Amino acid sequence: MAEFLIKNGFVFDPVLGIKGDKADIAIKDGKIVETTALSSPKIIDASGKTVMAGGVDVHAHVAGPKVNIGRNFRPEDKLFTYKPGHGIERMQGGFSVPTTLRTGYNYARMGYTTVMEAAMPPLYARHTHEEMRDTPILDQGAYPVFGNNWFVLEYLKNHEIENTAAYIAWLLRATKGYAVKVVNPGGTEAWGWGLNCDNVHDPVPYFDITPAQIVKGLIEANEYLGLPHSMHVHANNLGNPGNYTTTLDTFKLSEGIKPNSKFGRDQVMHHTHVQFHSYGGDSWANVESRAKDIMAYVNSHDNLTIDMGQVTLDETTTMTADGPFEHHLTELNHLKWANADVELETGSGVVPYVYSPNIKVCAIQWCIGLELALLAKDPMRVFMTTDHPNAGPFIRYPRIMKWLMSEEARKQQFDAFKHKDKVIEATNLAGIDRELDLYEIAQMTRAGPAKSLGLSHMYGGLAPGLEGDVAVFDFNPNEPYAPDAIETAFSNAECLFKAGVQVIDDHEIVSNGNKRTLWVNTKVNENPQVMRDVKEKFLRYYTVTLNNYEVSGHYLPNPYVIEVDATQ
Amino acid sequence: METVTLTIKNQPGLYLEADTITPDAFAGKKAEEIVDLPVYVGREQHRLGDFFDVSGKAGATPAETKIVVGGDLSRVKRIGQQMTGGEIVVNSNTDMYVGAWMQGGKITVNGNVDAFAGTGMKGGEITVTGNAGNYLGAAYRGDWRGMAGGKISVAGNAGSDLGTFMNGGEIVVGGDVDVHVATHAEGGKIVIKGNAKSRLGGQMVEGEIYVFGNIDVMMPGFAYREDVDIEVNGTKGRFALYEGDLGERHRKRKGQKIYGKLYQLVKA
Repeated sequence: MAEFLIKNGFVFDPVLGIKGDKADIAIKDGKIVETTALSSPKIIDASGKTVMAGGVDVHAHVAGPKVNIGRNFRPEDKLFTYKPGHGIERMQGGFSVPTTLRTGYNYARMGYTTVMEAAMPPLYARHTHEEMRDTPILDQGAYPVFGNNWFVLEYLKNHEIENTAAYIAWLLRATKGYAVKVVNPGGTEAWGWGLNCDNVHDPVPYFDITPAQIVKGLIEANEYLGLPHSMHVHANNLGNPGNYTTTLDTFKLSEGIKPNSKFGRDQVMHHTHVQFHSYGGDSWANVESRAKDIMAYVNSHDNLTIDMGQVTLDETTTMTADGPFEHHLTELNHLKWANADVELETGSGVVPYVYSPNIKVCAIQWCIGLELALLAKDPMRVFMTTDHPNAGPFIRYPRIMKWLMSEEARKQQFDAFKHKDKVIEATNLAGIDRELDLYEIAQMTRAGPAKSLGLSHMYGGLAPGLEGDVAVFDFNPNEPYAPDAIETAFSNAECLFKAGVQVIDDHEIVSNGNKRTLWVNTKVNENPQVMRDVKEKFLRYYTVTLNNYEVSGHYLPNPYVIEVDATQ
Repeated sequence: METVTLTIKNQPGLYLEADTITPDAFAGKKAEEIVDLPVYVGREQHRLGDFFDVSGKAGATPAETKIVVGGDLSRVKRIGQQMTGGEIVVNSNTDMYVGAWMQGGKITVNGNVDAFAGTGMKGGEITVTGNAGNYLGAAYRGDWRGMAGGKISVAGNAGSDLGTFMNGGEIVVGGDVDVHVATHAEGGKIVIKGNAKSRLGGQMVEGEIYVFGNIDVMMPGFAYREDVDIEVNGTKGRFALYEGDLGERHRKRKGQKIYGKLYQLVKA
């Protein structure tokens, strides 16, 4: 394979601890190597430019049935966004729910090489894998959802951790999934009765189990197995004024549990899109930021990681397995609503949403997301996301970088708000003068998420032995720059290498890379009870047979299997 | 005002997507530059000059530019799409999306227009001397933002789904209309001087519909309130006022619920 030497760039790499010093990065046989290991490399002159590892997105909705519902029921999202094929790029379209091709290309343009699909309904794992297969360039994995699954509810009602763990191992293998995702634990199942679970002690109808039991039980089962990633939760009560107490109650469920993983992570809980979970007040009239309370907890508890869910002030498409929340949203904005129930497993809803700078609540949401990142003491545990496309499309990551790196850029946005004074009153952001540097951005977008996923042996850094995922941006951090220059440069990588293949050359996509699908194969002791339960439930309830359930073969043309042994 | 004259010389094999036929795209250009503007046939890009003879020159701004298009334009779509000013005269029948998302200026079609004319229109004026197709002044597929401003006048008949998701502006149809009028509307005014069929104001939240002729079937969600004597676009008369759609959500103003209003002429 080709050899590359990226010379004289300003390197930002938390893994090697390089904070913008000039360094040469060498790639050979798909991996990063010592520069001395090269014989006749192609030289990339990165003088005056920024060099980072490929970005890692820990949470985005980019593939699967609810993404496709978004595509199907929002033709207007594609209006005026189609771009005909050009060079190696095929035709692409869509803004907040782009086609699979545009998803791959646009992540690559931002220097991202790994993207995790954050909610895979197990029954529709095939569809999810088909879309990931059709998304070029990126390494991807998907998190099956467990928080409203009848097996899990029944096992955890009696705190049967070993059975839950055996079921998780089976389902990850059957669906070729990567991690344990929990969305509105118990609440989505309650939605089947027209109800919801508003706090961690609100019992699930029929199953008579609480969200707290589900979350804690799944953390314990996750650590029993020693999976690469921790339990990944979207807590109850998303998007409601006063919900920060539910979030803190959810955080506390991780207390006293130590990580048991050979994959180098330190957390036992990843709480996603925390912006949506950090609201004070008791109505939309008096909603306010509680990011300080949330970050006080996060900063003092090492066994927790979070991501932002930053509102980008765009028109977007919300989609979540949190069915009752989407119904709540359509009642608020009167826009169209899609709802789905996934048999024994989960549900979902989809509603378009316009985050307008003229609406006070949207501006407050914008502040809260940035506050979370700017109040973070350890950027290795707070990651940049938009919960794409829920709080905004992922293509805005470079704009979020601009807001995080420049107080001036934040001031400009404040000035553009219609209710500026009321927004400032309800939030803390205007009083925060912190400006992140590119090293901290690399922690939040590369090294941190890779470590949280248990993939620091592959991604997130530029140390020899890691995957040859390297981005070069036309940005000189040592020259004065306007805030907008950050957004421009990081939206449009000059070069990108993915597993040692040059994907972008001179800002043009020149290769579809060597896309892989990551999944976790966990070896567990034989558990006849769980296998009997699985067979029985398929016979009794599922609309498909067990034989038609497992994802295999051509759904994953290029799998990358992470083996876990939990038999000890 | 400067005038550019386009005359079609070659008919496209499929349909011609000609959203570059606008004063905005032409402004500041000479005929030699206008012929190079891109148009699409299917996925293939062509030059405007491959299909049209172009003469004259454009004004410095859209507002100072008039375009006259002639020949058989029944296979040409999107004339005047997204225009912000100036004037277009179309001397032929023409296809879909005439004046869609238009913000200002004036389009006169001396002939018929096909579906989606004035889709998502925000301002300006469209006058059609013949008939209009379906979805006149409606929203794009899936969108909730239909016509919001401006005026559309059709001398002849209009098709189905007139003013779907209409939020403002005015549509006047001289003749008859097909089913579905002002579905989901939250504003705007529709005047139908001929007859209407059925499903007028389904899921209508706000706005006004005036019908001078017959209505085959009223929606069950509309209730008769009273007879009122009013003048509508020059016609004085007694109208029966219905309010609806009663099954839909409605805003309150000064404690009163605001309904969609449907007026039917009782006696001129």
